[in-house]
Amino acid sequence: MAVAAETSILCDPLSSAAGWSDYSKLKAVSSRHPGRIAGSIIVVLILALIAQSLITNPRWEWGVVAEYFSAESVLRGLGVTLILTIVSATLGFIFGALIALARMSKSPILSGTAWVYTWFFRSVPLLVLLVVIYNWGYLYEYVGLGIPFSDISFFKLKTVTLMGPITTAIIGLSFNEAAYSAEIIRGGILSVDQGQLEAAASLGISRSRRFTRIVLPQAMRAIIPNAFNDLTGLVKGTSIVYVLAVYDLFHTVQVIYNRTQRVLPMLLVAVVWYVILTTILSIVQYYVERAFAKGSAHSLPKTPPQKLFAFIASIPGLIARWFGTAALANEKGGERDACDD
Amino acid sequence: MPATIEEEVVEEVIAGAKTNPSSEALGRIEVRGVNKYFGSLHVLRDVSLDIEAGKVTSIIGPSGSGKTTLLRSINHLEKVDSGYIAIDDELVGYRRKGDRLYELKEKEILRRRSRVAMVFQNFNLFPHMTALENVIEAPVSVRGLTKAQAIEEGKAFLSRVGLGDRAGAYPNQLSGGQKQRVAIARALAMKPKVILFDEPTSALDPELVGEVLEVIDSLATGGTTLVVVTHELAFAREVSDKVVFFDKGKPLEFGPPLQLFNNPRCERTAEFLSKLL
Repeated sequence: MAVAAETSILCDPLSSAAGWSDYSKLKAVSSRHPGRIAGSIIVVLILALIAQSLITNPRWEWGVVAEYFSAESVLRGLGVTLILTIVSATLGFIFGALIALARMSKSPILSGTAWVYTWFFRSVPLLVLLVVIYNWGYLYEYVGLGIPFSDISFFKLKTVTLMGPITTAIIGLSFNEAAYSAEIIRGGILSVDQGQLEAAASLGISRSRRFTRIVLPQAMRAIIPNAFNDLTGLVKGTSIVYVLAVYDLFHTVQVIYNRTQRVLPMLLVAVVWYVILTTILSIVQYYVERAFAKGSAHSLPKTPPQKLFAFIASIPGLIARWFGTAALANEKGGERDACDD
Repeated sequence: MPATIEEEVVEEVIAGAKTNPSSEALGRIEVRGVNKYFGSLHVLRDVSLDIEAGKVTSIIGPSGSGKTTLLRSINHLEKVDSGYIAIDDELVGYRRKGDRLYELKEKEILRRRSRVAMVFQNFNLFPHMTALENVIEAPVSVRGLTKAQAIEEGKAFLSRVGLGDRAGAYPNQLSGGQKQRVAIARALAMKPKVILFDEPTSALDPELVGEVLEVIDSLATGGTTLVVVTHELAFAREVSDKVVFFDKGKPLEFGPPLQLFNNPRCERTAEFLSKLL
């Protein structure tokens, strides 16, 4: 303690040392970025041009877009797209998680099979996969449940009656999704430091709890951005089911423009809906990421609504400061003049 | 549950004439003829060592001499290739029945592991949990405390390492020394018989080493067996009851710090010490 007191006497803070030039009263001017300004002007011009053409070109037929935007058939198609996305994403991620775990298993049979699954379903184009599954009825006429390698059978159904276009679409999309999500999940789990597992093990925490409480919450931080990337891909990817004559958003729009010949405005209807869906996903992603960011940053950044409210609340202060600094600048100018004398 | 009690009885009977462990201090570690290979690298060469219960034993020696591997083997984070390690006559990772050793089931490994805590070189705190959450995680899930009990205890342990006021901080908001002290509190919260320190100050700024060593020093008289792998020779000399000098996968010299530091028997020990002191 005595030593500390002594040093504090000996060591004066540098800032007050005599003989140093004092810059603290001067005004700092940030450097200019002419390239940035020029770039911004060009981008604004291009955006204005796009907006102008979208509004003034009559061939976009915004009237038709508005008319069909919330038409019953379009909404029904949107519903099918949503169902396909939600069901195949859920099944795909559950199955994908199992495959990821199998892939990391110490059993060569489990990890090998998982590897082959991922390899195969990533190799086959989704379009081809869907058509093959659609033709399953030709390969295997009946689907049933029984005891393998025996004649005992509990029920038997014709494949064609069991697997309609929507079921086929969901099976194909889920299988495909599982292959990709397995890799995403595996990547997330691998990104967690091995020391975390050792620390948990050395505390005697059980294997399952180690995974759910320690590894998974940390893996989620790496999994979520990729998973949402994949999910937005899936939302749009569902449009491929038109080959099975499933009336999803895209196929419905297609059928309508084949009848009315209003191709571009109808495509625009689909585009706007897809944009809305991905926008919602992006917003959800933002908040999910935030929820898993615990402990990663010193303090979490504000959410956009919080920022907006904070900005509105700060307006009176900003105005006051604007006028205040103007007055202060005058004052400072005076001070500096005085020094020159 | 009854199954494990039975197993314990079997074991004690087999342990035979040995004295009842509950009557003496707990946390005696017995290492016998341990060999460990990483591929073709022979990291532990026929290591035999007795670590006394309730005492502080420091393991010093050059990098790569197998100190850390020995520590990890005591906690069964590494499997030894031959020989055995026992803590209070319970084999680490195996159960003896007749003249055979059976590898323990995961559950039993965990039960035994919870009596041995480990403090790592790079802390390994759980980054998504606050200091307090780090400390109470194992007491709740392994020792079966209620959350309220665990929190009360956890706060006491954090105060004991001088961090009572930082319970709500995430590891990222703590300095290296503070992180290591939270890790020590986390180890203490399991009320272990043995605490293993794996170079606890190696990842710290010199300025922060002191605060961690002070905490370890304060544990020295608590009756827990402490095994510290360290490069802080001054600490080893002042705090430990026994010092082991490890070289090339073997304990070369073992004795009280005064003797080992002032009159090393082996030339190799003297050479190592002269480089560092």
